[in-house]
Amino acid sequence: MRKTVIRSAAAAILVLCAGSFGIQAQDASEKEIERYREMISDPMSNPGYLAVDRGEALWSEARGTKNVSLETCNLGLGAGKLEGAFAQLPRYFADADKVMDLEQRLLWCMQNIQGLDTKDVVARRFSGPGRASDMEDLVAYIANKSNGKKIAIPLSHPKEQEMVAVGEALFYRRGGVNDFSCATCHADEGKRIRLQGLPNFSKPGKPAQETMGGWPTYRVSQGALRTMQHRLWDCFRQQRWPVPEYGSDALTALTSFLQKQAAAGEINVPSIKR
Amino acid sequence: MRHALTLAALVIAGSFTTAASAQTAAKAPDPALVDAYIKSTFGKAPAEWQARIEPDETLKTCNAFHNEVPSAEANKITARELARVVYPADGKFLGNWKEGAKIANNGRGGQFSDPPDTVAGGNCYACHQMEQKEVSYGTLGPSLTNYGKDRKYDPQEIKNAFTKVYDSQAVFACSNMPRFGVNKVLSEQQIKDIVAFLFDPESPINK
Repeated sequence: MRKTVIRSAAAAILVLCAGSFGIQAQDASEKEIERYREMISDPMSNPGYLAVDRGEALWSEARGTKNVSLETCNLGLGAGKLEGAFAQLPRYFADADKVMDLEQRLLWCMQNIQGLDTKDVVARRFSGPGRASDMEDLVAYIANKSNGKKIAIPLSHPKEQEMVAVGEALFYRRGGVNDFSCATCHADEGKRIRLQGLPNFSKPGKPAQETMGGWPTYRVSQGALRTMQHRLWDCFRQQRWPVPEYGSDALTALTSFLQKQAAAGEINVPSIKR
Repeated sequence: MRHALTLAALVIAGSFTTAASAQTAAKAPDPALVDAYIKSTFGKAPAEWQARIEPDETLKTCNAFHNEVPSAEANKITARELARVVYPADGKFLGNWKEGAKIANNGRGGQFSDPPDTVAGGNCYACHQMEQKEVSYGTLGPSLTNYGKDRKYDPQEIKNAFTKVYDSQAVFACSNMPRFGVNKVLSEQQIKDIVAFLFDPESPINK
C-alpha cells in the first residue's frame, strides 16, 4: 500500500518535471513534492520504528568483556536515564572530560562500561544491505525517548561554549575543489539545489528547529535509519571535502552549533524523509 | 534636544558595532583551535585531500568575514584572483554549446564517493536556471536564461563570462560559486563549451 502511494507520487512528480510549464509548473511541482513528503511521514508505516525496537533490545543486552548491558550508561541526565537526554546533547561529560554527541557517548559507554571492542561497531556505523548498524538502532531508540521534548543543549561549561564557537567557524569554513562550506547552501532563505529546498542554519529559528528535531530519520531512498553523523558525512561528501572521521570533534562542534540554532525546537523522531 | 541626538547617535553606532561584530573575528575562536578540530576529523584523509581544505589567502578572508567582505578586502581579492585567470592562447572563448549543455547538467566529480578518474561536470543547474525546458534547477545563483541574447552577444561580455566561470572571485569577492578553472575542476575546453552554451545564438538558453 505504502509502496504504491510512494510510486504514484513519484510518478506525479516525474510527469510534472517532464513537461515545460514554466514558473507555475515550478510551484505545482513543489506542492506535489510537499504532498509526497506528507504521505510518507505516517508514523504507523515508518520503518524507522523497527530500528527503535532493535535499539531497545541492544540497550539491555549484556556484551563486552564485562558482560553487562548499557543500562548504567549516563547520557547526561543520570545513569540509565533516557527520557529527554537526546534533547540536551551534545554536552560536557566530566568522566571523559569531553563534549560528546550521542554517538560518541555510546562508544565511550561501550568501551568503559561493557569493555566492548568497538572496532566492529564502528565498522558497521552506517547500515547497508545485509549489514545492521548497532549505532543507528541505539540512536533511534534513545532519540525517540526525547519525543515531545524541546532541544536545549547546556552551554555553561567552557568546553561546551568552545564547541559552539568552533562549530560556527566550521560552518563558514570554505574548502575542497569547489570552495564549498556549509554556509554555501545553508545561509539564506528560500533557496534550492535543483528542486531540493535548503534550510537556513545561519540564524536561530524554524528551519534549524524542524531539521534538528527530525533527526534521526528513516531514509526511504536508502532504506535505512540515518543519524546526524551520517547526515554530516553526506554533507561533506557533497561539499567535496575529505571523508570525515566518525564520531570526531569537528562533527560534534557542527552538531552543537546546529543544536544551538535549533534551541526550543520540538523533537519527533525517527522522522521519515525521501 | 542635544541629549536626544547623542542618544540617537549612540544607538546608530551601537547597531553598527553589533552588525560588525557578528561578521568580524571579534568572538571567533583562535584559528589554531579550529585547525585542531579539522585535524581530528579529517587528519586521516590522504595528504592530497587534506591539502584541498587548506584555505588560501582569499578563502581565509572570506571565512573570517563569513563572506561579507568590506570593500578594501574585496578589492584585494578580485585583483589577486584576476591575476590567476589564464585566458585561451588562441583568443577564442566559444566552444561547442552542445557539449556545454552536458557539462551544465553533470554534477559528478570531486566527491569522495567518485572514482578518482571521474571527469567533473560544472553542475550549473544545481544553482542556476538555464534553458527554459529544464524545470529542475536551483536558485542559489541568478537565472541565466537568455544570457547571451540579453547581452546582445557582446564580445566583451563573452570574455567576462569566461572569467567568471574560470574564477568567479575575479569578479565577485567571496562569491559562492566555485573557481572552476583555478581549482582545475574544469578544463579550458570545458569552460569554452559552457561559455558557448551561454552565448551561442543556437543554444536553447537563448531560445
